[in-house]
Amino acid sequence: MSWQNIVQFILLAGLLAVTVPALGRYIAMVFGSRDDGSAPGDRVFGPVERFVYRVLGVDPEREQRWNVYAASLMAFSLMSVLVLYTLLRTQSLLPFNPTDRESLSPTGAFNTAISFVTNTNWQWYSGELSMSHLSQMLGLAVQNFVSAAVGLAIAIALIRGITRAGSRTLGNFWVDLTRGVLRILLPLSLVAAVVLMSQGVVQNLNGNTTATTVDKVVLDDGTEIVEQQIPGGPVASQEAIKELGTNGGGYYNANSSHPFESSNGFTNFFELYMLLLIPLSLVVTFGTLVRDKRQSRLLLAVMAGILIAFAGFTALVEQNGNPRLADAQVDQSLSVTQSGGNMEGKEVRFGAASCGVFAASTTGTSTGAVNCMHDSFTPIGGMAPMLHMMLGEISPGGVGVGLSGVLIMALLSVFIAGLMVGRTPEYLGKKIQAAEMKLVTLYILAMPFALLTFAATAVVLSSATTFQEGPHGLSEVLYNYASSANNNGSAFAYQGTGTQWYTVSQGISMLMGRFFTIIPVLAIGGSLAAKPKVPATSGTMPTHNPLFGFLLVGVIAIVAGLTFFPALALGPILEHLSL
Amino acid sequence: MRTFIRQLRPALVALAVFTVLLGVVYPMLTTLIGQVAFGDKADGSLVRRDGQVVGSELIGQSFTSPQYFHSRPSAAGTGYDGAASSGSNLGPLSPDFLAAVDERVAEYRAVNGLSDDVLVPVDAVTASSSGLDPHISVANARLQAARVARVRGLEVDVVLALVGEHTDGRTFGLLGEPGVNVLMLNLALDDLSAAG
Repeated sequence: MSWQNIVQFILLAGLLAVTVPALGRYIAMVFGSRDDGSAPGDRVFGPVERFVYRVLGVDPEREQRWNVYAASLMAFSLMSVLVLYTLLRTQSLLPFNPTDRESLSPTGAFNTAISFVTNTNWQWYSGELSMSHLSQMLGLAVQNFVSAAVGLAIAIALIRGITRAGSRTLGNFWVDLTRGVLRILLPLSLVAAVVLMSQGVVQNLNGNTTATTVDKVVLDDGTEIVEQQIPGGPVASQEAIKELGTNGGGYYNANSSHPFESSNGFTNFFELYMLLLIPLSLVVTFGTLVRDKRQSRLLLAVMAGILIAFAGFTALVEQNGNPRLADAQVDQSLSVTQSGGNMEGKEVRFGAASCGVFAASTTGTSTGAVNCMHDSFTPIGGMAPMLHMMLGEISPGGVGVGLSGVLIMALLSVFIAGLMVGRTPEYLGKKIQAAEMKLVTLYILAMPFALLTFAATAVVLSSATTFQEGPHGLSEVLYNYASSANNNGSAFAYQGTGTQWYTVSQGISMLMGRFFTIIPVLAIGGSLAAKPKVPATSGTMPTHNPLFGFLLVGVIAIVAGLTFFPALALGPILEHLSL
Repeated sequence: MRTFIRQLRPALVALAVFTVLLGVVYPMLTTLIGQVAFGDKADGSLVRRDGQVVGSELIGQSFTSPQYFHSRPSAAGTGYDGAASSGSNLGPLSPDFLAAVDERVAEYRAVNGLSDDVLVPVDAVTASSSGLDPHISVANARLQAARVARVRGLEVDVVLALVGEHTDGRTFGLLGEPGVNVLMLNLALDDLSAAG
């Protein structure tokens, strides 16, 4: 790696270190950290919110039990899927379709509707070839916002479960959803969109502009190419929330490697920053709301440690290049005149090392935006983002779901520690008992189940062999189901996933990965809220010291390792050994 | 179940409210700001020659004629198809990929008159992520400079100076990697040849 690479990453860490605490405290205020419940900007947002509640017909003062909270969330998600499905199925009949895109097939629309509602943003299609501007704006961009706000609501509800004692309720879903959108996601996105536009990220309602190319190119089959279609679209507005909401669905097929989504080294840096910002800030929000900064510092350290390890590893491996290219007399070295590395599927303006950092961040945050093609990574370079997804959403995870993911792992860790020393496990003054542990188990089983059962079926189904030959093909299947089951959305994209089998099975896998984890989290929140707070004694295991940090990392590693090592051995590890 | 059904009405209304706000007001407001403040950039940084759009500063193009610098291999459609961005997505050990690299190495050496012991810059024989990469590495451009100078009857130093002028550096000297913008460089060469 060049020294500029290293300074760049230090700069990113520094910028996050300065802004994450501030945003985290702001989010905490939005969700009631002040004693009087007031928050900055009440005078602006207050009237708008009251208007929204009136239209919705909900009483913002009336709180919901966990099951009603979950029912509201499920009803909102169901409506979202239905409306988005209808929009995608009828886009050819609707306006703002300058490139005359056809409506999607039933299974294709099923997959995409679920994909954007579950904050996965998996794309079996190519954006510029399949979507009208209307579908992008009215359908996909809206879900980019609200699916992130739903994640935010889940985290806040779980935190309320931890902080409250003897309470029957977890807050009001409609209030949390509205405040998350209006006070956090929308203002940040607007600012980010302007920054992106200033760098050349496009924002228009044009169809394709036809350019007369400078050189006349004759293809092998004799066809002459004298024109180039330059795409348009309201890209910057969507790009902003795509990163901030840890969504990841590109406006164009090439996602954040498309020059119109990310035009230079600065936009690449800025997009990296955006996708890490809210997930990390929410940890500070947690520390503020539970009034114990030591807890959030420990969780941040664990998340950052895992993230940096994956980022550094992938960056080094990709910068080292592909040994087979060295055999072909290709120069992959780093010098003043080239950045070098494994450049297949990578852009010159980003370089190989930054792809490693982006890959780790996009899989750690369950975003799924990519600035290079993961399928063309070296075998273990590609294994890193895959394994990072398989850890679950913890380092730092998607908006809201990441924080709840790491808190679930913390509950499991205190439980295991409790078993070892023979005490009733506690977390932040709450006894962790059989009811919670059953829900934790459900949570932990959901993702591997949604990943491995479908992946195993796909490799034996003769109609599903759309992957490359050899161990790399297994890597593709594993990666793509890891992506759907973790609501990530990045892909080993050689594999054709537009077939009926993949659109349907990945749709179901995304639903399982989202809702089989959300419901247990809310149930745990409800169960914890009802419990009294037990004061800490000398027998209480502290959950803010390095010992607990190592225990937490160990538990995360053991759960993922036991579940996925055999599959990884037959995929990327075998491929690496055959280099 | 009754609880769930009771939530369907606020769910639908909430979706409608947010669709208007986030799906109409927000993108339209952004478009307005973009068109007023950054018109050319928001429209795709289009490049015109004699009033005709010849491309975008940010989107690469195919070049095969010897008087031009050549872009990287591209997996977007038939090559640099702006309406079909894509990488090859071939795996690192894919026989197709490795065969293509061998072929590109041989062709690159032949086109640029390089001997068999010259290592070929990696960006010259690999397809980019978007298939629309506007840049090549400086190393790649320098190896092509002699050929372009010869075909155009220019001094190599003049061509190298133009390469330097059209090298986009790192933002703030730190972010990203330097690259030579192939379209802008080739347009500048055409201008120079026309003037000379």
